[in-house]
This record gives sequence, C-alpha cells and structure tokens, in this order.
Amino acid sequence: MALGKSLLEGPADNALGRSRSIWSILHLDPVLMFLLLMLVGGGLFVLYSGADRNIDVVKAQGIRLAVAFAVMLVFAQLDPAVFRRWSPWLYVLGLAGLVAVLLVGVGAKGAQRWLAIPGLPRFQPSELMKLVVPMMAAWYLSRYFLPPTFGRVMVGLFIVLLPMFLIVQQPDLGTSLLVGMAGIFVVFFAGMSWKLITAFFGVVSVSAPLMWFFVMRDYQKQRVLTLLDPQSDPLGAGWNIIQSKTAIGSGGMDGKGWLQGTQSHLEFLPESHTDFIVAVLAEEFGFVGMLLLMALYFLVILRCLFIAVSAQDSYARLLAGALTMTFFIYIFVNVGMVSGLLPVVGVPLPLISYGGTSGVTLMAAFGVLMSIHTHRRMITA
Amino acid sequence: MAWGEFKDTAAERRLFQRRALVMLLFVVLLMTGLLARMYQLQVVEHDVYTTLSDKNRVQVQSVPPPRGLVYDRNGELIAENRPVFSLTIVPERAAPIDDTLARLGRILAIADEDLERFKKRLNEPRRPFQEIPLFYDLGESDIAKMAVHRHEFPGVEVTAELVRYYPHSDLTAHALGFVGRINREELNRIDPVNYAGTNYIGKSGIERFYEEVLHGRVGYQHVETNARGRILRVLERENPVPGEDLELHLDLRLQRKAHELLEGRRGAIVAIEPATGGILALASVPGFDTNKFVTGISVADYRALSESIDKPLFNRALRGQYPPASTIKPMMAVAALDSGVTTRDRKIWDPGYFQLREGGRRYRDWKRSGHGWVDLKHAMAQSCDVYFYDVAADMGVDTMHRYLSAFGFGEDATLDVSGALSGLLPSDGWKRAMRDQPWYPGDSVNMGIGQGFFLATPLQLATATALIANRGEWVEPRLLKDIRGEGTASEFLPAETHKPLVLKDPENWEYVVDTMEEVMHGARGTARRAARGANFKMAGKTGTAQVFSLGKDQEYDAEEIRERLRDHALFVGFAPADDPKIAVAIIVENAGGGSSVAAPVARGLFDAWLEEFPAAESAQVAGLSDQSESEH
Repeated sequence: MALGKSLLEGPADNALGRSRSIWSILHLDPVLMFLLLMLVGGGLFVLYSGADRNIDVVKAQGIRLAVAFAVMLVFAQLDPAVFRRWSPWLYVLGLAGLVAVLLVGVGAKGAQRWLAIPGLPRFQPSELMKLVVPMMAAWYLSRYFLPPTFGRVMVGLFIVLLPMFLIVQQPDLGTSLLVGMAGIFVVFFAGMSWKLITAFFGVVSVSAPLMWFFVMRDYQKQRVLTLLDPQSDPLGAGWNIIQSKTAIGSGGMDGKGWLQGTQSHLEFLPESHTDFIVAVLAEEFGFVGMLLLMALYFLVILRCLFIAVSAQDSYARLLAGALTMTFFIYIFVNVGMVSGLLPVVGVPLPLISYGGTSGVTLMAAFGVLMSIHTHRRMITA
Repeated sequence: MAWGEFKDTAAERRLFQRRALVMLLFVVLLMTGLLARMYQLQVVEHDVYTTLSDKNRVQVQSVPPPRGLVYDRNGELIAENRPVFSLTIVPERAAPIDDTLARLGRILAIADEDLERFKKRLNEPRRPFQEIPLFYDLGESDIAKMAVHRHEFPGVEVTAELVRYYPHSDLTAHALGFVGRINREELNRIDPVNYAGTNYIGKSGIERFYEEVLHGRVGYQHVETNARGRILRVLERENPVPGEDLELHLDLRLQRKAHELLEGRRGAIVAIEPATGGILALASVPGFDTNKFVTGISVADYRALSESIDKPLFNRALRGQYPPASTIKPMMAVAALDSGVTTRDRKIWDPGYFQLREGGRRYRDWKRSGHGWVDLKHAMAQSCDVYFYDVAADMGVDTMHRYLSAFGFGEDATLDVSGALSGLLPSDGWKRAMRDQPWYPGDSVNMGIGQGFFLATPLQLATATALIANRGEWVEPRLLKDIRGEGTASEFLPAETHKPLVLKDPENWEYVVDTMEEVMHGARGTARRAARGANFKMAGKTGTAQVFSLGKDQEYDAEEIRERLRDHALFVGFAPADDPKIAVAIIVENAGGGSSVAAPVARGLFDAWLEEFPAAESAQVAGLSDQSESEH
C-alpha cells in the first residue's frame, strides 16, 4: 500500500547520507508536514464557519499558525542531543517559573497562570512544562538500563508529580493533567512493569475520591456532576454540553453543509470557534466529516509513533512516544468533552481550535519529533 | 550517560516497540470509542437531536394585536398608541450583570426603583435567554446614546412596543380610564394565549369595560432565532386581529369646558344626552395624567397623587357620594304629586321651621324668617325646605324609597361605566340592619331635603335629572356610542333593565318641569341670576349640602379645615326645558351655595352645548365652503 509505505518509511530515509533533499536540508518530515497542513487547512475552513464567517478570526489564526510552524521549524533544526543536554536545566527553569507564577503571577477568574516579565510577551510556564516534563523524565530514565527499576520509576513519577502539584495550585487542573500524562507516558514507554502499572491505576482510583474531597475546587466538581446529568443545570454548565451534543447529533451522517450549521450560527453553541469547534465540524460535515478528521489524526499519530520507533536512542524514543501520546490525549479529551463523554475542561482541538498558546507548544513538539527523525545518523545497532 | 555503553540497545528497542504497539492499540481503541460515540449521536440518536436543534432554532412567537383606538363623538382621538422604546437585558448574554448595570448607569439615568424592579425579576424563575426590561420609555437622546455604545453592551437591546397614549389625559382620566401593566392577579384571570405578548390591560373606565373589544386577537409567527432570542427570519406569520376602535358619546369640547368651569376647584360634572343616555361629559376635577400610569408610575409621583389633599385620583363623578340636598326636590315633588300627599294647588305656611308635632324639635328652613304661604311651584323656585319637610313626613320612608328607587338612587344604574358607586338610599330596613335602630319620622323629614343618611353620586343625580327631562322615559347612562369596525355598539352594551317611570297623571311631569323652570327664570328663582339673558329655557334646581364631618385620620390646618367645612354647591338641570338636549349634575366641593357657584357652571355648559358648539360647527362648515368657492 503506497500510503502505508510512505507513512512508515518516507523519503527522509532515502536522504540519509545520500542525495540531500530540500526536506532534509530543512530537517522536516514531508509526510508529517503534509498531514499537518491538511489538518490546518481544513481547520481554517471549519474555523471560518465556527467564527460565524468572521474572516478576521481566520486571518489571526493563520498568523498564529504561521508562527507555530516557524517555531516547529526552529525546533526541527536542533539536534536531539541538544534537547537532552538542556532537559534538566529547562526543568529547573520551568519549576522556577511555576513557583514564580504562584508568587507573582497574573491572571483572571481567580487563577494565576501567566508570568508577566517586562519586555517579554506574557507566557504560561505550565504550557512549557508540557514539553519539558517528558524531556526531563526521558533524560532521567534513559540514563539507566531499561526497563527501569522500581526506585527509578518512583523518581520518574516524582519528576512528573512535582510540576503537576505546582500547576494544580494555580489552579489549572486541565493543564496539570496533560503535563502529568506527558510524563507518565515516558515512564510507560520506558518499560514500567505491568505490575506497577496495575498498582498505579489502583492508586489513581483510590486517590480519585481523595482528590474529590481535598483537591478539587467546587467549580471542578460541578463540571463532573454536570457531565453526569447535564439537565441538572440546563442554563449553566449543562447548557454547553446539551447544545454541543445537539449540534453533533443534528449533523447526522453527512452533515448540514459548510456554513449551514444552525446550532453554531444561531449562537446556541458556546465557544464555537475555540474549544467546541469539533461540534461545528460534526454539525456541518456529519459523521463522514468526523471519520475524515479522525483518520487524519490517526495518520499523524501513526507517523509519529513510527518516528518514535525508528529513533536511535532511548531518550529520543521516549520523548517522541510521549509527545505523540500527549497529542492524542488532546484529541481524545477535546472530542470526549464536546461529545459529552468527559467533563468540560479547557482543552482545545489540536491544530483546529482558535487561539491559545497550546498551538505553539504542539507545533514545537512536532518540531522535536521532526528533529528526532531528521538527525538520525548512519549507525547500525 | 554513565552506563550507556553497557546498555543492551537492541533489547531496549524491542521493549519500546512492544510498548508502542500497546499504545497504538490504546489509540485505536479510544478513537474507535470516540467514533462510536459520534455514531451514536449522529446516526442512532440523530432524530432526537434534530428535533432539539429545530426547537432551538424555530420559536413560535406571539404577535400582540394593536389596541383599538378611542374617539370622542366628534372623531377626536382620545386614546391612541405610540411606539415606546425600552431597554431590555438578556442576563445570560450580559454577564457579568453587575458590571453591565454599572456601566449602563454611567450612560443613562436609571432610577433606583427601576434597578430594584429589574433585580427582583432577575432572581425570579424565568425562561432562559428571556429579556428583562430595565428602563421604560427611552428618550431620543437615550436611544442615540445606546446606539453609540451598543457594541459595549452585549445582551442589552433597545426594543420598541406600542403603548397606550392619551393625548388629553388630564381631561379624560376619569371618564376613559387607563391601561397599565398586567399584574399578577390579572394574569390569573386573562386568557394566557390571547394575552401572550401583551403587556398592558385596561385598568379602569372604558379601557377596562371594553377590554375584550379593544384588545383584539393575538397573532403568531414562527421565527428563526439565535440563542440571544434575536429574530433572524420570520418563517410563517398569522397576523393579529387589531382591537376594535370605539367612539364614545363623550364630547371632548364639553369635557374641556367642564374642566375649565371647575378650574382651581374640586368637584364633578356629569352631562347626559337625555335622548340616548349618552354621557357627554364626565369630569372629576382635579384630574391627573394617566399616561404616567401606563408604563408604570414612579413611587414619588404616585405618592404625590395619592397623598394630595385634593384627591385627584378620586373619581368624584362616579364614586363621590354626597348628600344631594335640595337637588333632590324635583324628584321629591314627582313622588309627592304622584303619591297624592300634595297637589299642585296645595299651600303650606312656612314660619321658618317645621315641627312634626307641637313643641317638638324644630327643623329649620334655610331662610330663618320663613317663606310664608308657599305652593309647590314657589317651594321649588325658592327652595323652601319646610314644604318638603311636610310632604316627606306625609310620604314616609317607604313611599320616598319607592319613588327614589325608580329614579335610580341606591343602585348603579349605568350600562358601561365601570366603577360607579351606588350611593345610599336609606330605608326602614336599612336603618334597622345597619344602625340597629327604627326609622324615626325625623329621618324622613331630613331625607325630604336630601340630607340625613341619603347619599347620591353626581352620575346618579344626572341620571335622575335626565329621567325628568325625558318625562319618565328611562335612559341608562352609557359612554359607548359606536364601534368602528365589525361590531355595533348594541352588541357590546349590556341590556337596559329599567322600566319607565309612569305617573298616574303624566301631566305632573310637565308641572315639575315648570317648577324647575321657575327656579331658573322665575322672579324669585334661586338660579335666576345664572339664567339671565339666556336664549333658551332651562329647568334646574340648586342645592347646598352641609359638610358634616371630616375623616378621623385627616389632619388639616385651621385654614384648610375652615375651607373644607364649607358647604358643597350642587346643581341639577337640563335645557332646553321643553326639548332637552343636555341634562347635567354639578357638585363643587366646599364652594358654598348652589345658586351662586354651581348654577353658573351649568349655564356655562348649556351655553356651550346649545349655542357655542353648533355656532362653531356651522362657522367651520361655512368657512370650508367659502374656501372651496374662492378656489373656483
């Protein structure tokens, strides 16, 4: 199968050492690049509809995406060895940033998430941690034999839990969980034993009720309760879920057509161009459109996992695998929340939702993946 | 990397490959889960959500009918509709609401009570995305300001609706009544379907009585709306049926005249057209601005009106219950003649007082020295009390009650005038029941001159006077003259129930009218000064009612007490005497004598109705024809 072949091998392999194509000069992976451009291009169409034909929103997103692709390009140029060398320092810097946010951070709605350093644009250290935590975990675990011993798994988990704890204090449960996921995937890929994994889920299921009573804020509990029974609060939090499910469900098999979604255009659907944009897509392009989107995402994940598997050292493998899975978690949480399977947490649909710094982080992650793939050397193991 | 060189890289690679495969399966599993969820929503439950989505999108909206207009008898508009712009807020869109209100407050002068009312409604259960009114009746500059700042206020809208407007509100307040916002109690009474979308309902007067006719029938439209409730498209529409337009017997010119004649005083005038019973004027002075009540009067304005010593809100014409005093004498005369206690020729000696028996209590005549020998005609002309003491004592309470009932006293004899009170026509039974005392002959004596327990409203006096003008033919007073539109007035007017008052000798009607003419035109008639120089004959009777007491809780300063203890001036009458076109009842509170104060008011009305207005009309017709001729 031609597609399968190009997905799993691609021209980059041919470029190793031999005729250097434009792709290898730029350190880009053409397959991944093609898939990302497909997603981004289609996403802009959906965004135009979701933003109620506001072309300014589309333009702004275009600029944002251009910046994100530039960031990707920059990251792709750096040798994975550089990432590995910097990992501990970036981690320490990230933790310092998180502490600083808690001490002097700015924000809105009772949450402190940003650091305003004069001369720099406002930024969220927690966003950076989505990259840095898996880097640090991969750095630590790849120093030793794999699979890691029990003690090293514990240290790895501590590396993950420390920033999580700091991010929860902001409070930002959503980002904290995403950061945690990214790190835990590293530990999993490193070969954490199945016994430990079982035990880990045991601990999680025990700590969930404890979290409920001691960690979660009221508004977070409310979101979970609302998920279980949206009708209990049809005007408040439940409204979003009811309306987005209505949008998705009324789309049917082949949708109402581009720009024809009544739910989104009549303003029933909240945040129709940001977190809930997948409902717009589902309403206007139906189940067929969702299949297409999922297929694209799946191909991206497949390609990324291939990059991870074909990486040359453990650090690169662990990092690539974890970043891929983080990308998937974004998709799963966003689509799950919009379709009423998961509580509403502020997770955007990767590469399609409008705004946010998470787009830049995601593209940086793809940059890292491309770097891993294009900086391989002719070493035969 | 400390031990890197000893690492089994191949084993690590294989380990990673296995883990990656597990993750791939994990991804496939979860993505299948997501797609299954999508399949469930989009294919399996598609119909459910399509219905929900349509319900979101398409709303059935009621379209309130425009309220019928009201004209006076000359086609002068006295109740119309005008567009009023109000500011509404959809709280769901305007969050944070307190911030929105604070910023609005910097642009518009929002009254505290409006703000309070808004906040109360905000906390009441309501439909989602329903707009709540904050500010009624925006001025042009307010609308302009909102237009400029509109983008700063999501969820805040300026909406227009047709609201009742009374161009002559001070004049028509008591006759026409007014509409106001539907209150909770009315909400339970009205048809919720027909009043869907209607905010106003007739509260008093014609507006209340003909509510059903004026309101019309609600229409509806299927509209496509967004979540804001803003209409994007009308899909289907059934137009409302506008309310019927009413034409009243009321003559705005006469109404204005009545107000002018009572200017600066407190009192009431009721003028009736004897041929039809049509109420030509129904004035209660001072009036008030009903327009303030339509969109909701402010507390301060309402307090000023309700606490005013002049009681402008009090409808004196319909609800003012006064002792009729001497104005009852024509009716007493009819009763006395027909019951046979007196004859046209019978004369009575008036020494200045009346005694039921020798040495008993003396009932004084208004004239201390007495009138000497008086017959009925002179007794009427000079308003001799002793003559009527005498016939009242002879008739007794039962006879008087029977005749006065036939004149409509003691009941609400109106057809379509809502809120009229029935006064008090005392009887033996009434006194036993209410006072636990027998009826004394002395009570009859007092009743003979319209004092004692007897109370009548100006409308009742006018009705009874019209009965004399009609020589016993009953016409129940009414306001509605015609309906412009489908129906006719008779369809909506209640049935008349009163039988004519037939006298044993019908000639007695003419005789009583003669005695009333004597009041106006006789050499010693009490109202002769008011009738001087008239081109027509009129019949009338003056009255002066004693003010007995003040309400216990009323505190006036001495000056005001003196003023408000003065007698009420009354007058009843009609003109021309042999072909009555207008019958009136007038009361001027605390104004002194009926002959000096009330009779000239009546003369002013008669002149206006019989001479001024017809002259002005013919002048206008002539003027118009002149103009059309000059154009040729």
